[in-house]
Amino acid sequence: MAVKATVLIRPKEGILDPQGEAVENALPALGFSGVSHVHVGRLVELEIEDPSQLESMCEKLLANPLIEDYEVVTASA
Amino acid sequence: MTRFGIPQFPGSCDETDTLLACSRVGEAELLWHKDKDLKGVDVVVVPGGFSYGDYLRVGAIPPFSPVMQAVKEFAAEGGLVLGICNGFQVLTEAGLLPGALLPNVNLAFTCRQVDLVVENVETPLTHEFAPTERISVPAKHTTGRYFAPTEMLNALEAEGQIILRYAEGHNFNGSVNDIAGVCNERRNVFGLMPHPEHAVDPLTGSDDGLKLFSSLASAAGVPA
Repeated sequence: MAVKATVLIRPKEGILDPQGEAVENALPALGFSGVSHVHVGRLVELEIEDPSQLESMCEKLLANPLIEDYEVVTASA
Repeated sequence: MTRFGIPQFPGSCDETDTLLACSRVGEAELLWHKDKDLKGVDVVVVPGGFSYGDYLRVGAIPPFSPVMQAVKEFAAEGGLVLGICNGFQVLTEAGLLPGALLPNVNLAFTCRQVDLVVENVETPLTHEFAPTERISVPAKHTTGRYFAPTEMLNALEAEGQIILRYAEGHNFNGSVNDIAGVCNERRNVFGLMPHPEHAVDPLTGSDDGLKLFSSLASAAGVPA
């Protein structure tokens, strides 16, 4: 049975994230206050028969481990 | 005469200027992303553009193409490989060059002329330059902020793998240590974000880029 997986990819802690900064700076202009540490990343959804492949898939293609962290969330499809 | 091969991917856009630049110092031909061999060329130049649409992450998918498998083998045997702009991104993603390219600090596509300083003239790409020679070439990209973790960066600096730096006031993309171009440890694979192939004729304002191609041609050691 296929497993539904969501892979969350975000910029590594400490690497300048100008996208996150731009969003963070835009929020006060709309009246939202007290927002900090905004980061913008990517989300990949997929269905997979053998979820043990996910880790290697992230390392080799879905994320660039030098600049990005990833997190895999799985649920039965 | 040195033969240059230029791999073209769906979404490449600088392959023609690269072909013309290489043709000024040798013979040049396009390779296709599905090609499984490099047709015996002496030097490979991976051109700029948006290979495979730059989907997922710039340069992420091309390393798995047949032509890049051949380029990896070619590089492993000591073959000379240069990546320009998207080609640089592809070579970092392929693991042939250290580091990664991140979105410009200004988050904008930026097209401008930049001054570069040649930092290391003892490489096949730069041996025709004088130490700290300054050159003017165009840059045009959205994702050109060079990054390497501190430890890697220190090693690159110590080993002379930083070959080109943005001159003071020209680092518009926020690259760490003003890095515009690097090479691998073995000094046969090179990458830079600016575009020397667009600066090979005085008609376009500068022909400073040509010397990078002629350096490669002469370093390839192919008799004229």
